[in-house]
Amino acid sequence: MRDLLVEIFGRPHGIVLYQLLDATQFTIYLSLIAFVGGGILGAFIALVRIAPNKWGKRITIAYIWLFQSTPLLMLLFLTGLGVPRLFGMNIDPWYAASISLTLYSSAYMSDVWRGALEAIPRGQWEGASALGLRFLPTLRLVVAPQAVTIALAPTVGFMVQIIKGTSLAYIIGFTDLMTIGKRWANAPVAGTEPYIIFPLMALIYFSLCFPLSLYSRHLERRMGTVKTLRPVAAA
Amino acid sequence: MERSELTLMQTDPVIERAIDTSQMKVTDEVAIQLTGMNKWFGTFHVLRDVNMTVNRGERIVICGPSGSGKSTLIRCINRLEEHQAGKIIVDGTELTSDLKNIDKVRSEVGMVFQHFNLFPHLTILENCTLAPIWVRKLPKKEAEETAMHFLHKVRIPEQAHKYPGQLSGGQQQRVAIARSLCMRPRIMLFDEPTSALDPEMIKEVLDTMISLAEEGMTMLCVTHEMGFAQAVANRVIFMDQGQIVEQNEPREFFNNPQSERTKLFLSQILGH
Repeated sequence: MRDLLVEIFGRPHGIVLYQLLDATQFTIYLSLIAFVGGGILGAFIALVRIAPNKWGKRITIAYIWLFQSTPLLMLLFLTGLGVPRLFGMNIDPWYAASISLTLYSSAYMSDVWRGALEAIPRGQWEGASALGLRFLPTLRLVVAPQAVTIALAPTVGFMVQIIKGTSLAYIIGFTDLMTIGKRWANAPVAGTEPYIIFPLMALIYFSLCFPLSLYSRHLERRMGTVKTLRPVAAA
Repeated sequence: MERSELTLMQTDPVIERAIDTSQMKVTDEVAIQLTGMNKWFGTFHVLRDVNMTVNRGERIVICGPSGSGKSTLIRCINRLEEHQAGKIIVDGTELTSDLKNIDKVRSEVGMVFQHFNLFPHLTILENCTLAPIWVRKLPKKEAEETAMHFLHKVRIPEQAHKYPGQLSGGQQQRVAIARSLCMRPRIMLFDEPTSALDPEMIKEVLDTMISLAEEGMTMLCVTHEMGFAQAVANRVIFMDQGQIVEQNEPREFFNNPQSERTKLFLSQILGH
């Protein structure tokens, strides 16, 4: 791979490109961790949020407010630099970045999913209750399957935000596309000037995010015609 | 009320078949008892001191102007709404915040809604088997047999594998009735079951409800179908402003209403 790129683009461009693409994998891994972690945590929070429990609702609303109102950069500083200093220990940038991004994405994804769950007409809950189904079975068998079709497009769309968000992790020493790119842009090597490197990096981020945006758009458009969402009655 | 109006009502084209009353028997056994029940929505007093006893086998029609609390009343009976004062006892179980009691009552009481509330992501058959499988823990095959039995009964077995969105309103409401019956309830509540339907579909739903009455089901129906009330109800309850104003057997209720409020209401819904 490296040799092939060097052969095609020559030095130093082949090497730079190889290193950037190599670092991109860590951007992808971190995005996936944040997406899966934030997804699981977000689903749990959305569930507590809509459950018929006053305290659960209050705590989850506070959680969502807290993490939606704090810059991601500050979360990274806190977990990557503040917490290690407080306890006098080292925290691997992997952990710090994963935790920050998970907290950040859970706060947004839980909101997306809560919205989707609440978009299901109240009659669906009532119909299930009248048949003797309790909260969790109703959620699992009746409401969630319908909410998924609504939530899918914005969820995929939010992945784009996560991918772009990972770029901030360079600040706590996480090695990803941003870190490597910035290093090359600062290097006194001819042909790696910032006006060459940064557009190149932008292109790589774009090629990660744009397909997801397109897919999200596609899902959004398809939603209107899915049979499961055909209105059952004018409610 | 004028004689001529009553004659008009009795020849209501919606009910055109003879009704078999052999199984329609009101027993002494109490099915539902409401004592001093009150309910507020915020500061709005929706139900005021409601007292009512329903015996097993009764077919009660509840009517009244909109906002009179009639829907809220029957929604309290399966705890879709919570009452704030008084007692509701269904089949010997008192409704409190105790989930066990609520489960018990809901397993005895079926409900049919104005907007059907079918599950649009499930087929007709799956709509009917969901609760029997998950609440009654019936094996899937047995639940499907029961579902087909009741779909035959409401005369749409051929639609079993379609989705609710592919059916007409009348068909959807008949599925909703079948879905409810699959839980083998002893009491059925109907909350304006024909109000969202086109006139030509009202008949098929009323027909299904009449068949149910003919089998001796205890029924509480909130409806404006006075032809139905005349044909199958043994008691008509008139509500206004959260109170039961008047109740009587249908003939007396329509021919000889006692309160001015009832007379006015009847003249409004029958007078055109």
